[in-house]
Amino acid sequence: MSTQYKPAIHFQHVDYRIGDIEILNDITGSFPQGRITTLVGPSGAGKSTLLKLCNGLISPANGEIFVKDKAIGEYDPVELRRMVGMALQSAPMVNGTVYENLNLPLELQGQQLAKEEALELLEDVGLKGDLLERKVKELSGGQRQKVSIARTLVNKPEILLMDEITSSLDRASKLEVEELISKINRKYKTTIIWITHNLQQALEIGDYTWVMMDGQVVETGESSLLEDPQNDRVEEFVKGVVS
Amino acid sequence: MSYWALSLTLIFVLIPLLLSKTLNLGLGRDMTVATIRSIIQLLAVGYVLKFVFDSESLLYIFLMVALMIVAATHNAQKKGAAIQGITWKIAVTLIFVEVLTQGILIGFNITPATAQYIIPISGMVIGNSMVLSILFLNRFTAEVEDHQDQTELILSLGGTPKQAIHRQLINSIKASMIPTIESQKTVGLVQLPGMMSGQIIAGADPIQAVQFQLLIMFLLLTTAAVTSVFLGYLSYPTLFNKRMQLLKG
Repeated sequence: MSTQYKPAIHFQHVDYRIGDIEILNDITGSFPQGRITTLVGPSGAGKSTLLKLCNGLISPANGEIFVKDKAIGEYDPVELRRMVGMALQSAPMVNGTVYENLNLPLELQGQQLAKEEALELLEDVGLKGDLLERKVKELSGGQRQKVSIARTLVNKPEILLMDEITSSLDRASKLEVEELISKINRKYKTTIIWITHNLQQALEIGDYTWVMMDGQVVETGESSLLEDPQNDRVEEFVKGVVS
Repeated sequence: MSYWALSLTLIFVLIPLLLSKTLNLGLGRDMTVATIRSIIQLLAVGYVLKFVFDSESLLYIFLMVALMIVAATHNAQKKGAAIQGITWKIAVTLIFVEVLTQGILIGFNITPATAQYIIPISGMVIGNSMVLSILFLNRFTAEVEDHQDQTELILSLGGTPKQAIHRQLINSIKASMIPTIESQKTVGLVQLPGMMSGQIIAGADPIQAVQFQLLIMFLLLTTAAVTSVFLGYLSYPTLFNKRMQLLKG
């Protein structure tokens, strides 16, 4: 991994298991600050688990995780999760309007999001302001995903975790979301860690990539490694996905 | 009622047994066991109650109520096996509800502090609280399981465990209270409550029977609300650890 950038998150010999089943094994590596790193690999490789470790939704069985050079266990969980935001593929929503969903992060802190700010957020994610009072049930998959990203941005996270957020979107929505993430990265210098199954997406959007298999990181580096993998298993995986 | 008349009530057991046999329902054995158990249990309770009433000892009243709480806890805890320490949580809830309701009844001199009042009313309160606990735990464990993504969403946005589980908790409290509220809405229109019917059959003044029934119904409303809320707020913290992570059963 590049040494040009300070690590936003650093994993040091991290293991994670559920009961006797080992999900992650000896993960070591860093996600550079202010850059986009993609996580690729077959299903069941442990990518989503790794993401949940980053914002403390789960804790490792062994090893240490550092967020901005501070051990993750030293953070107050609430403070950590506001700093490390997360958007999921399923884009879960609370029943109600788009505004109620955007307001949720502040409502949890006993505050309220100003309507003007909400409209600005919608504009940021490429949605029209008239959606603000629309019920989330009436939104398309792409619109939901954008609202989910906008909601995550309310906390102004320094690090943004994204779990296959474009996998269920049509091509046009996918491109819009990709552009949006690049824009967020450029505008706010937000560190992005993005799980994707789409290697083309990883190549085009990501600065760096981690390839994971069977709970281990098998190759890391600049995204171009996906065009010329050094590891045989990664080469096989890339060929399998591309063909 | 004479012993002969009592024996004739077994006709009401023979009818379903006959139906079960004719229609191959396979319930004959269960119904027979239930009948024998109810005869033995109720006769035993009758003799125990007679002994306790005659002795007028507070210790025996206390032991009777304690026995009810132990039996009710044992029965209800099976439904909440996924929740850590559920047995003592149910026991504490039942004790709290019993102390609260008897405290109000005796404290405000609504009913006398005698075995004749304390034991039957405690039986109704504890029994109802047990059923409410089962209804609540059934719904709560299902809500937590079904809405795990919602819980993790709130946590990931920086919410506390209480905020993350709030909706599921409220839904479960409401759902477990619905049968009590609904049965009160139709009482007297659809059915006459068992206790009131029993008093009237035994020759009591119907107005007095109604007064006691109202007391019991209001008491059961408090029982329902306090049981669900108390058990809910005792249970939800054990679903999370100190790092505010949702523990998976």
